[in-house]
Amino acid sequence: MKGKKVDRRTFIKLGASLAGASAANRFIGARAQGSGQYEPRFPIEKGARLRLLRWSGFVKSDEEYWNANTRRFTKLTGVPVDIEYITWEDVRPKAALAANLGAGPDIVMGWYDDPHLYPQRLLDVSDLAEYLGNKYGGWYDVARIYGYSDVVGHWIAIPVGAPVAALVYRQSWAQEAGFDTFPTDLDGLLKLSQALKKNGHPTGFALGHAVGDGNVWVHWLLWSFGGKQVEADGKTIAINRQETWNALEYAKELYQTMVSGVASWLDSNNNRAFLSGAISLTGNGISIYYAAKRDFPEIAKDLNHANFPVGPVGRPTEFHLFTEAFIFKYTRYPNAAKEYLRFMLEKDQAAPWVEAMNGYVTPALKAYRDLPVWTRDPKVTPYRDGIARMLYNGYAGPPGPKAAAALSEFVVLDMFADACVRGMSPKAAAKRAEDRLRRIYS
Amino acid sequence: MRAGSLFRGFSERLDRSRWLGPLLTSPALLLLAIFLAYPLFLGVWLGFTNAKIGWPGRWIGLENYRLLFSDPVFRITAFNTVLYTGVTVVFKLTLGLTLALLLNQRFPGYRLARSLMLLPWIVPTVLSAIAWWWILDPQFSFINWSLERLGLIDQGINFLGDEWLARASLIVANIWRGIPFFAIGFLAGLQAIPKELLEAARVDGASPWQTFWHVTWPLLLPLTTILTTFSTIWTFTDFQLVWVITRGGPANATHLFVTLAYQRAIPGGALGEGAAIAAFTLPLLLLLSWAALRALRRQL
Repeated sequence: MKGKKVDRRTFIKLGASLAGASAANRFIGARAQGSGQYEPRFPIEKGARLRLLRWSGFVKSDEEYWNANTRRFTKLTGVPVDIEYITWEDVRPKAALAANLGAGPDIVMGWYDDPHLYPQRLLDVSDLAEYLGNKYGGWYDVARIYGYSDVVGHWIAIPVGAPVAALVYRQSWAQEAGFDTFPTDLDGLLKLSQALKKNGHPTGFALGHAVGDGNVWVHWLLWSFGGKQVEADGKTIAINRQETWNALEYAKELYQTMVSGVASWLDSNNNRAFLSGAISLTGNGISIYYAAKRDFPEIAKDLNHANFPVGPVGRPTEFHLFTEAFIFKYTRYPNAAKEYLRFMLEKDQAAPWVEAMNGYVTPALKAYRDLPVWTRDPKVTPYRDGIARMLYNGYAGPPGPKAAAALSEFVVLDMFADACVRGMSPKAAAKRAEDRLRRIYS
Repeated sequence: MRAGSLFRGFSERLDRSRWLGPLLTSPALLLLAIFLAYPLFLGVWLGFTNAKIGWPGRWIGLENYRLLFSDPVFRITAFNTVLYTGVTVVFKLTLGLTLALLLNQRFPGYRLARSLMLLPWIVPTVLSAIAWWWILDPQFSFINWSLERLGLIDQGINFLGDEWLARASLIVANIWRGIPFFAIGFLAGLQAIPKELLEAARVDGASPWQTFWHVTWPLLLPLTTILTTFSTIWTFTDFQLVWVITRGGPANATHLFVTLAYQRAIPGGALGEGAAIAAFTLPLLLLLSWAALRALRRQL
């Protein structure tokens, strides 16, 4: 009896969605006469319906445009898409649950190594990745690393972009300290920081368990000296070396220029400290700028951004958050899911979406660096460039469960905090990190 | 005919309590089995595997436990959990009892005072945790601000940046939150004490202290056991305060079993190891549950 009921219901639903789809197609067809009917690149399954799990936008306009584009997709294809927005840090556990259960959202927009935690459970999206890459100027190097799995030998995720961080500083205070232009090397950065501190304007970089802001600057600094947690083989722990000790020595000196209390800073502390005028320099996403524009226009006028300087290693080594979309193999509508992602990342949809985000997320496709949002206000430009200057989580080893574990355990961040805040010698701090990494990579 | 005799047999059996009892309790037992026992056993079982997110893992016996014992972060966590629970429960009990004794007096506005006392307990923990986070903020702490204005300190106290201060700060926040539980429990207990006993003590010339020590306290003792047990269980498995205020930092100085288990299992992806850490709470929790049940039975 029960089974029959469900069948009937399913049948009615299926019929309704098919009728809806054909009605929508007819409507679009009628409207789009001349410009041609919507032709999906991937043949959409009949009765398809999608569920997307993604992080809630850093700015309201992100969700507004994403939803509007999704509605357009539904109108054109007849495929309804239910979107669930959750806090960015909660995506990983929810996606993990779906991966473990083999049921849940069809598409997830996750972070960092997420797709590399369960590559076997994800749909091969190589065709879509190659199509988008060819059409839009190619993927940034880091995008390929996050999207392509060496374990299964194909693309497992479609890179979306990086919420880039940059150095945020008070221009007038930097000038007062004798720096008309922002230094591009580490030596200059330290001198600027010391001069700022001397003038009563300390710097501030998170050394507490700040998932974003803490991890970002310590990884950049470690890598800028040539340090790394593990070799490319993903086995040889490489943290307890001269390069790391040098990075830690540098950090200790930089720490002397910081405001007190950074040891406990979580992600939002530096935003507040900067906006209150307590600090003159920090590393952050573009959010401080927009908050300043809204509530503290004088600060907005005075603040500026710069990319993280290049260290002795001689090339940029930035670290940023990174988000990518992946489709679980259990989906009943793999083509619809691929078509949806294709549609959302095509220029007609992606360009207004990226524009609307005002520089919060830098797209992983190179063609989108030409959008006006990046140059209309020159203060936004460093956020465009950050993605080409970044390395990936777990560098120089492969992305995957071990790299994810090391990041979530704050191994590198704790190492810097040990040296800076708790006064450990660089060698002792690096040894401690080495022991922890050995456990994780064993 | 046959159906009739079957039914008769069934109803006869129902009349015997040996059958009826289990039958009536079975829905509840089934719910407990599905929603409590199964996840619990699954958790314990996971602790013996190297399961990762998206990968079921295989049986590795005590390997997770062996690794944990050699892990300094785990050792700090074990120390933190015992310290956090021990210190907070003692303070919560003492202060809660004191508050209950005060509020047991009739004074103008005592009803309002009793309701206000409950506030820390009824405010959602996440909200009070955020409030504490602001109070202890390195830049904007009103405590630092006031002390600086009064000229008592030159530089703000680094409440959450220093390992011991961070531990102390979380302990204070937990005590603040937990006092009402003891206070309201003790208040109920105090009001249940027959007036005649207290009057008899007074007639016999007992001082207030003697009355408390020889009459009130012994009568409160079973209740104390129950309150302490429950509070210990909740404190031992505390998560929200720590996660909101410090995320286990600085340098893992404030990680508790549950926060470390979460960090390793979910963001870190090591389900097996996380489950093993969580399993460390089980022996104590079982012991405490047994104590609570015994105390309850004795009181009944």
